[in-house]
Amino acid sequence: MTAQPSRSPLSATAIVDEYFIENRTRLLEIAAFLDRVARADPGLAAKDFRMRALADALHVLAGGQPDRLLQIQMLLSDPSLEPLASLDRKSALGAFDPSAGGGRS
Amino acid sequence: MKYIDHHAHMVSRTTDDYAQLALTGCVAVTEPAFWAGWDRSSAEGMEDYFRQLTDFEPKRAAQYGIAHYTWLGMNPKESDNRALSREVLQRIPKLLGLPTVLGIGEIGLNRITRHEIETYTEQVELALEHRQLILIHTPHLEDKYKGTRITVDVLTRYRDLEPGRVLVDHAEEHTIEMILEHGFWAGLTLYPQTKISAPRAVDVIERYGPDRILVAGACDWGPSDPVAVPRFVMEMRRRKHSDDLIQRVVLENPIRFLRQSPKFRVPPGVETRVEVG
Repeated sequence: MTAQPSRSPLSATAIVDEYFIENRTRLLEIAAFLDRVARADPGLAAKDFRMRALADALHVLAGGQPDRLLQIQMLLSDPSLEPLASLDRKSALGAFDPSAGGGRS
Repeated sequence: MKYIDHHAHMVSRTTDDYAQLALTGCVAVTEPAFWAGWDRSSAEGMEDYFRQLTDFEPKRAAQYGIAHYTWLGMNPKESDNRALSREVLQRIPKLLGLPTVLGIGEIGLNRITRHEIETYTEQVELALEHRQLILIHTPHLEDKYKGTRITVDVLTRYRDLEPGRVLVDHAEEHTIEMILEHGFWAGLTLYPQTKISAPRAVDVIERYGPDRILVAGACDWGPSDPVAVPRFVMEMRRRKHSDDLIQRVVLENPIRFLRQSPKFRVPPGVETRVEVG
């Protein structure tokens, strides 16, 4: 796949001017969510696979590497290619649960 | 700006939503057959749903000046039920000649079970046998990458399958390359939470260009937005993209893909730069 290199017609500064406030809001929402969970049960974040995945994703965000979104998408994904033998439920949960099987070590 | 929403589950929406679509420039919708949020108990129930899609819904849309087309198939959420799937698939061929049926869809995988893969494969073969366009649903969230890989793997087994006649929908950043590199069309469905947002969809257009990419709202019975495509248009304008580029994505690209069905007609009064054969 040869992606056509492109970018927004906006300059980097214009992107920040346009989008900073809404992303500041998103950041505060994540912080509030983590605090809320911790107030309810300080130990849950270490036990729940979704919360551990979120913590891993936040490390990616803070790491400053390019393609952060792609890294996080893959971090949340089931990396295996093995079909389920039978239907377990109708819906996905939002993060891959390594304890349920799959290919990630 | 006029646009076409290629993925809208209008049976789940009110007439007010048709009004909103019309007021925001929508000239046509295509509606893939999907899950009702609960499992049907019989093939008869599914066939009644197909009748709603092919008979009632086009009339409802026409009241708002919107052309309505549809896709028929056994949806991924119920396709693990092999007995029901076999019965439904037997009933589809007689309906493919109806005037608003564009092809087989939305088919594909949900939780990626062996049964789902079997039903999906049979439906790809049904589409090939009857020379139908194909619209494919890819799984959500943590299942999307795995499901899209297997979806594409199945398609590439068929040498007589023309990739340009297949739309792989619900693409995201981690799946779009594997869709486009095989020559398929990729659909970006704009959803409040579980799919892609308008800003991220614009990012995809900026990274890959507009070729073989469609955008849709995928509105249904859950939290979703019937006017998601106009919001994408707004986001493109916010980034200072040209109206030419926007029109290509929201109007001309759907026409390019959909007109491969001889039943699809460019809605009257729609001026496009697409050559209409």
